[in-house]
Amino acid sequence: MEREFILEVKDLGKSFKNLEVLKSIDLNVKKGDVVAIIGPSGSGKSTMLRCLNRLEEPTKGQILFHGTNILDKEVDINKIRMQIGMVFQQFNLFPHLTVRRNITIALTKLQNLSMDEANATADRLLEMVGLAEKADVYPSSLSGGQKQRIAIARSLAMNPEIILFDEPTSALDPEMVGEVLQVMKDLAQAGMTMLVVTHEMGFAKEVASKVIFLDGGYVLTEGSPEEVFENAKHERVKAFLDKVM
Amino acid sequence: MGIINGIINALTSVVNVFVKYDDMFLHALLMTVMLSLATVLISSVLGSLMALMRISNSRILRGFATAYVSFIRGTPLMVQIFMVFYGLPLLGINLPTFEFLGTDFSRFFSGLLALVINSIAYVCEIVRGGIQSIDDGQMEAARSLGFNKRQAMLYIIFPQALKNILPALGNEFVSVIKESSQVSIIGLAELMYITTTVRSISFRSFEPLLIVSLLYFLVTSVCSYLVNKMEKKMSVSNRSSN
Repeated sequence: MEREFILEVKDLGKSFKNLEVLKSIDLNVKKGDVVAIIGPSGSGKSTMLRCLNRLEEPTKGQILFHGTNILDKEVDINKIRMQIGMVFQQFNLFPHLTVRRNITIALTKLQNLSMDEANATADRLLEMVGLAEKADVYPSSLSGGQKQRIAIARSLAMNPEIILFDEPTSALDPEMVGEVLQVMKDLAQAGMTMLVVTHEMGFAKEVASKVIFLDGGYVLTEGSPEEVFENAKHERVKAFLDKVM
Repeated sequence: MGIINGIINALTSVVNVFVKYDDMFLHALLMTVMLSLATVLISSVLGSLMALMRISNSRILRGFATAYVSFIRGTPLMVQIFMVFYGLPLLGINLPTFEFLGTDFSRFFSGLLALVINSIAYVCEIVRGGIQSIDDGQMEAARSLGFNKRQAMLYIIFPQALKNILPALGNEFVSVIKESSQVSIIGLAELMYITTTVRSISFRSFEPLLIVSLLYFLVTSVCSYLVNKMEKKMSVSNRSSN
């Protein structure tokens, strides 16, 4: 059976004043896809990801989420964002709230769950990311890896259909990268649709179902990890891979 | 020995003046406290709203708030007090003149309004600084969960900003208490006004001034103490991890 497209990006462009960061991006994502987005720094990877939930406002193109163009004026972007989770490089946990409250606040304020229901969800997710014992502490006492696992749990709480990861391990000490990648692997295996901007080529190779290589505001090449990594056709891709692998 | 005698005489004289006019001083103290408290409460709310206007995307709101803040901060409070007092009737607003806490209500209202108008500008700048000190990532994380801008401000940004601005806000409140002395010029029977009255009926200058300065100091100290305590309480809730 053909899986349906969740996300279709067509001719997406984004300019900051005179700087055209994204020229024309096309991308299709099916349910259960794990898409690794790689490319040299400054190629617009993060900008593209941030356009997908309109943290950046694209300057042209279409983003269809289940066939609905989320750039339409009539679309309630806040509703869409509940279905598209995001995990940031700098974690961005809420420092004034406990770990559990970080996870529950959107549930109680936006989905009108009772505190008990929300807490049950939070505890289940904390169990899943292996941090059940940290429920009542504040983020300031956590390590980077723990913070990022909490951030993943927080985005999962809204039960999103896709999660966008913006360089989730780039701000971590090397010994903490593994624990975060493991949580992401588990998610991928559970069938979560994920778009991951990453410098972790090992992760892209092992977990991604599709790799796209961004350069100069275009998708230079895309395909399965084997196609992109083993048989790179483009000179630019080859040169990049030689450097990072 | 002469100087010690002098000090003892002066202190006796101060106590005598206070005992003789204590009713007047205590009433005036109550008025100063009420006036300052009302100013602080109202200007905290309106000043925060002004801060939101100051950073809003709407050019009109932002322009208005910016102009308001620069005008108020760039003119003397005393001028503003007179302008409100004489300006209200000019606008056709004639306040009822009944007795209110031992003073004329219309004067009380004018004085309060002038202090609020003034304090809003300062609170606005404090709150704006507090909001802008919060990392952009906090707003982005909140928006990515589906909070709209208003909800994100209310649940995520503002609580964090409040913690940062509490010391500055405390200073502003102490300033309000001291600056409230200037409304004596429109005949509001607060501490400074009563001091002038006592000076003229007792033929004593230094004693009433010493008394009033001690009373102001008492109120500002209590205020500082309360703000300090609140600050400690908030930072404890932040560190009570594990």
